[in-house]
Amino acid sequence: MKRIEAVNDFVVKFANVNGSGSASANELFAKAILRMGVPVSPRNIFPSNIQGLPTWYEVRVSEDGWLGRRGGIDMMVAMNPQTWAQDVAELEPGGYLFYDSTKPLPPTAFRPDVHVLGMPITAICNATYDDPRQRQLFKNILYVGALSVLLGIEKAVIETLFAEQYKGKEKLLSSNIRALELGRNFAAEHLSVRPIGLEVQRCDKVGNRIFVDGNTAAGLGCVYGGATVCGWYPITPSTSVVEAFQNYCSKLRVDAATGEQRFAIVQAEDEIASIGMVVGAGWNGARAFTATSGPGVSLMTEFLGLAYFAEIPATIINVQRGGPSTGMPTRTQQADILACAYASHGDTKHVLLFPQDPRECFDQAAAALDLADRLQTPVFVMTDLDIGMNTRLCEPFAWDDAREYDRGKVMTAAELEAGRDFGRYKDVDDDGIPWRTLPGTHPTLGSYFTRGTTRDAYARYSEAGPDYLYNVQRLLKKFATAATLVPQPVVTPAARKTRLGVLYFGSTAPAMDEALVALAESHIHVDAMRLRAFPFPDSVEAFIAEHDEVFVVEQNRDGQMKSLLVNELEVDPHQLVSVRHYDGTPITARFITQAILAHVHAQAVAPKRTAVKREQSA
Amino acid sequence: MTYLTKPRLHHPSLTHNAVGYTRRDYEGKISTLCAGCGHDSISAAIIQACWELDIEPHRVAKLSGIGCSSKTPDYFLGASHGFNTVHGRMPSVLTGANLANRELLYLGISGDGDSASIGLGQFAHLVRRGVRMAYIVENNGVYGLTKGQFSATADKGSKSKKGVVNADSPVDLVGLALQLGATYVGRGFSGDKAQLVPLIKGALQHRGMAVLDVISPCVAFNNHAGSTRSYDYVRAHNEAVSRIDFIDLAPATTAEPAPGEVIELPQADGSRMRLRKLHADHDPTDRASAMNHLMSLQAEGEIPTGLLYIEPEADDLHVALKTPAQALNQLGARELCPGSQVLAQLNARLR
Repeated sequence: MKRIEAVNDFVVKFANVNGSGSASANELFAKAILRMGVPVSPRNIFPSNIQGLPTWYEVRVSEDGWLGRRGGIDMMVAMNPQTWAQDVAELEPGGYLFYDSTKPLPPTAFRPDVHVLGMPITAICNATYDDPRQRQLFKNILYVGALSVLLGIEKAVIETLFAEQYKGKEKLLSSNIRALELGRNFAAEHLSVRPIGLEVQRCDKVGNRIFVDGNTAAGLGCVYGGATVCGWYPITPSTSVVEAFQNYCSKLRVDAATGEQRFAIVQAEDEIASIGMVVGAGWNGARAFTATSGPGVSLMTEFLGLAYFAEIPATIINVQRGGPSTGMPTRTQQADILACAYASHGDTKHVLLFPQDPRECFDQAAAALDLADRLQTPVFVMTDLDIGMNTRLCEPFAWDDAREYDRGKVMTAAELEAGRDFGRYKDVDDDGIPWRTLPGTHPTLGSYFTRGTTRDAYARYSEAGPDYLYNVQRLLKKFATAATLVPQPVVTPAARKTRLGVLYFGSTAPAMDEALVALAESHIHVDAMRLRAFPFPDSVEAFIAEHDEVFVVEQNRDGQMKSLLVNELEVDPHQLVSVRHYDGTPITARFITQAILAHVHAQAVAPKRTAVKREQSA
Repeated sequence: MTYLTKPRLHHPSLTHNAVGYTRRDYEGKISTLCAGCGHDSISAAIIQACWELDIEPHRVAKLSGIGCSSKTPDYFLGASHGFNTVHGRMPSVLTGANLANRELLYLGISGDGDSASIGLGQFAHLVRRGVRMAYIVENNGVYGLTKGQFSATADKGSKSKKGVVNADSPVDLVGLALQLGATYVGRGFSGDKAQLVPLIKGALQHRGMAVLDVISPCVAFNNHAGSTRSYDYVRAHNEAVSRIDFIDLAPATTAEPAPGEVIELPQADGSRMRLRKLHADHDPTDRASAMNHLMSLQAEGEIPTGLLYIEPEADDLHVALKTPAQALNQLGARELCPGSQVLAQLNARLR
């Protein structure tokens, strides 16, 4: 029988029952490998449920540092009888099936082409522990112990992780170490007779990178970026952004002497009220944000239109999930692009930022607060579940202490007093961005009445056509200014000159990086541009013009980014080739590579200038 | 209404208040509402109350939703910042604004459609949170700007101008405010300025969440026979339960009136409010008793007005959130950003 043999390059998937305490054990497994200097990228695949439904944890081990989902499973840790058949079926031929052998299973439950490793985990736990909760929880540590022997994960590394986790809780520390020993001893005595082909070997490929999820990073970015007001409503997968903000604020923004809190977080009654609070705070000069997901954005759209026209700063962190409304809350997609870019009625356009990983979630959350103040408009940080709720290896957070917050054009009492002309909606700097005053600034100067559109450049009530035109055309000019201020695209040129380009963004980045290498190995050279924001800077149009064909890789059904590019840049739609992945799982390098290869090969056989869609099969 | 520009010329004999403003400095643009609209009387009462309280106009932020009532902030306090927000959503915007700068006074203007129909949820949750503000509902029981549909506060059995009888039970905003924890609850009538001005003054001075339901007849669509929000009907059924005689900024030194008739309520700013009770069995400092009294009067078909309930020592959302005395919008990077050293420590914990 074939055996998968690999050192520091394989995928292990854990199949568990939600609420069984497996999450922390699985993270321990991933972190132990990371501490041995080997990059890992874990992904939670979880149900919309608290207890009982199936949940999976997929760990990709990659010395080469590929952090995207690879596709295919080399080792399955099958701890959930509910999903046994599908879990066994998912293994690659020659892979390894690790399972709880307490209850005997018929030979038909197994596959002839996978290697089986049975361990009576339940029996061992029942024999060792009296407490039912312990019997359940330590099952997870037992399998981590056994796997550490099978894969060569150093015991001392796991013990150090335990020591960090249970600092000051000696009883928990010793009981966890005991459970680990139980698992290790069983594996050493019974399973190591036939060593498996997967191995972790210590190396030095992690560097000073950090291991964190995007939502924690975005929450911290809002702390560093100076957000003081947060209105929010719980919604998966964005909830942990606000939890992180709350958590870091409690540690970093509380006056030790007085107990005063330099932040205000209000859990609103719905997303309409969340964004209303953000708009109110932004109007009144505080940095404010909300975190939400697609259904929340839908509810916010009326306010987003008002904020666009009344020119009020607002930061929205949209952790995208599978659509539509009650669709797939625990699955990932990039399917809110158009809903956010053009949110609301009337002619509206909004600034979108696209972070590729937790480090950029941190950077862009802080940048969004600056941009919202500078541009006096809503700014979205378009992250997604894949980045937001999975722990990802990324560059460490960095902050320049010399950095000041950009509060934008706020006219002071002294400036008003000096006789400076104040037209709230007047373009005086030729960048489309007007000046504003904050309530309470001056007893007689600078007050104005805030409305949507029915006013002139001095905020006086007006329904006159020319006043309306002046205003909405200035808003377009402001949007053009925005294109120069947002994070600019990142270009990765191909090794040789090519007529092919690819545009991608957000959580597709790690899979795309890997696909580019795989394509180059197949002699397909593609220049790559990673979009980091909407409106599109001029360089995006230039990039498209420089290539005959440009793939647009995205994680939604309708090619929303492609539509946005065609609509905004007026490029030939046939020049853009859509590569779309949208089953709710993160896109893989294998999928992108195959899609691009298939297109290139098809063109070689029958070249024609028509859009060839490559979509995943249902 | 008129299209004339309001003259800015002030008569030299106009009296100045303690902060140096005349009453006219509290005015705004000329109203575009119908002649005789109750809302304009309320605007006048707000102007009077702010002038008498020596409030600097620019220290007030006035916010509203959408509707006839929500247009009115443009017609008073012209030196204040105003915000005409989204229909039914003034409460959330005002909450955010209040969180950003607790040093200003917040005046929310809304209508019965804005607060009792589309915005009932936001109204309820704002009251629950105890946002410090004066929330004035200009309640006429009808949609004016869309020409005469019933609003959610229209009484069951009342008749529209077109003769339709309302079959739905009304939303009682005062009852709701009491039940949800508002700490200053009153009802006024746009036709009784003597009662209304002190009610608004008390609301503006209150340190917690103040709700004023002001019956304000719509002369265009709800001032006919069969309406329960017409001038005639409200005058006939107005049952004042209390009257605020005055609000004394200095501690009272005068002789005490007979006990039981006048209640002296210490205000958070050190002043005292004198409340003259008009009903012996109404206790305006007991929420449950106030609710009972209100319900029984309403069951008899009366419209109870006056200050219905007050919790003099109220606090607000900022107390619950432990925010600093300084406005959050005044804090800069020095107070808000933990800096690179802390970040390095956080990085170390994530390896």
